[in-house]
Amino acid sequence: MLSIESLHVTYGGAVQAVRGVSMEVPDGKVVAVLGSNGAGKTTLLRTISGTLRLHRGRVESGSVNFDGTDLVSRDPAQAVRLGLVQVPEGRRIFGRLTVEENLRAGGMGNRDKAAKAKAQERVYDMFPVLKERSSQRGALLSGGEQQMLAIGRALMASPKLLLLDEPSLGLAPRIIGQIGEVVAEINRQGTSVLLVEQNATMALGVADLAYVLDVGEVSLSGDARELSQTDEVQRLYLGHDGGDAEHPRVRAASGKKLSRWTA
Amino acid sequence: MTQFLSLLLNGISLGALYALIALGFVIIFKASEVVSFTHGSLLLLGAYSIARLSDSIGFLPAVLVGILITAAAAIVIERLIINRLRGAAVISLAIVTIGVDIILLTELIRRLGSDILNVPHPWGGESFRIGSVGLSQNRLIAFLVAAVLIAAFFLAFKYSSWGIAMRASAEDGETAALMGIRQGRVSALAWVVAGVLAAVAALFLVGSPTPGVTPTAYAVALRAFPAAILGGLDSTGGALVGGLLIGIAEAMAAGYQDQLLFLGRGFSAVVPFIVMIIVLMFRPSGLFGTKELTRV
Repeated sequence: MLSIESLHVTYGGAVQAVRGVSMEVPDGKVVAVLGSNGAGKTTLLRTISGTLRLHRGRVESGSVNFDGTDLVSRDPAQAVRLGLVQVPEGRRIFGRLTVEENLRAGGMGNRDKAAKAKAQERVYDMFPVLKERSSQRGALLSGGEQQMLAIGRALMASPKLLLLDEPSLGLAPRIIGQIGEVVAEINRQGTSVLLVEQNATMALGVADLAYVLDVGEVSLSGDARELSQTDEVQRLYLGHDGGDAEHPRVRAASGKKLSRWTA
Repeated sequence: MTQFLSLLLNGISLGALYALIALGFVIIFKASEVVSFTHGSLLLLGAYSIARLSDSIGFLPAVLVGILITAAAAIVIERLIINRLRGAAVISLAIVTIGVDIILLTELIRRLGSDILNVPHPWGGESFRIGSVGLSQNRLIAFLVAAVLIAAFFLAFKYSSWGIAMRASAEDGETAALMGIRQGRVSALAWVVAGVLAAVAALFLVGSPTPGVTPTAYAVALRAFPAAILGGLDSTGGALVGGLLIGIAEAMAAGYQDQLLFLGRGFSAVVPFIVMIIVLMFRPSGLFGTKELTRV
């Protein structure tokens, strides 16, 4: 479905954010991309969704192909029309718009009225709280509800492939669990998902396949369950000591999240 | 009291026209992140086109064509210049619009020459009286038309897809783009709407009690800028309140100018700017503006 081949992306012609990444998202699967800050996860998503140019980034070489269409040099609206919709990092809901208006904004790229009505029904079914609060301003929702709204807003465009950029960021563990369930449910209803996460526990829990990015390169990839058993992932992303005495348990994952919060 | 009521009525009708211009100014700022100084010459272009065309094709067709011409000029400016400079500093864009304004204005003044063109309003220059309170018919119709347009604008801004797309991309352009909202289209449409509103305002501003189309019509648009600024540059509601406030203040200063004589004759022309400065001293982002105007 989505296939990325030896992709190189730079910012301002100097900073190499993604170096030779190849990746596949097969139809109907959930694919997780793990990695710490600066690993190139967000850059990867920007390249797919067409917002790279807004950040002065450029694809130097390689290709991004979605169902036979080359995505490099397309704008975000075209990506949406092709069925690729991104939930941005940090939710970025429209705080001054009501919940309902946020959802309508999400359906803007979708010209099919019947599909939009169906999508809205699906969103309200999946997130009843959004229906209850439909006339409230987005800014008044809690963090978890805002994440639901951000996901619901993206679903309004009836995506074939949903791109999620760190949906667990800044949310309580219980809510993160719910997000995992939501992702699994969206996938069960037939939408493929590319899930970019720092929270490896949740991501590997719902994903079929996973890639680990390290400073712009894929360092590990494979079946999500198998990957979660490897020493490296255990140690770096799941916070378990793989028995390696030279790497005392530092809780790398939670430590990183904390630094991100205070930044 | 009669004089006060009469001035208030005149002020409101003038203010409604300022509000039309200020609304255009505000939505351009919201959609394109440009403080557009092209409004003065767009207004004059509207007035000039309507006046010139009325002789040959009749009043009503001239109004329609004049509005179209102004809207077309607005969209040409947006497509040819503003859209291509997307991402440039807000201040550079503002200076660019001043440049465009001067070019257009110079050409219009050349064409106008020393003539005073008249727009043959079918409602003429008569006044309308309720008891002893008078208002020119032109201003009364202006007020009604402006009220309808402003109401339609606010309804569209609140409920239409265009309004939602516009508010979403004004709040967070990148995220709006991720939803498939085309910012270029939103911006172009904002300029069209602004052009139409300016042309409609022009139609009435050059009628009674103002004498015909002269380059001074340009100065009228300048007085709508403080209306937009004091309302809060990014607030449509603010543009409406700001317009009315400026209109009333100006009418009052003109009406009571004998009592205000110690401030000098023609004081009313500077009142809008004085009101703006006073408001900004207490509320730096305007009455209804967002505190942080720079968007990330």
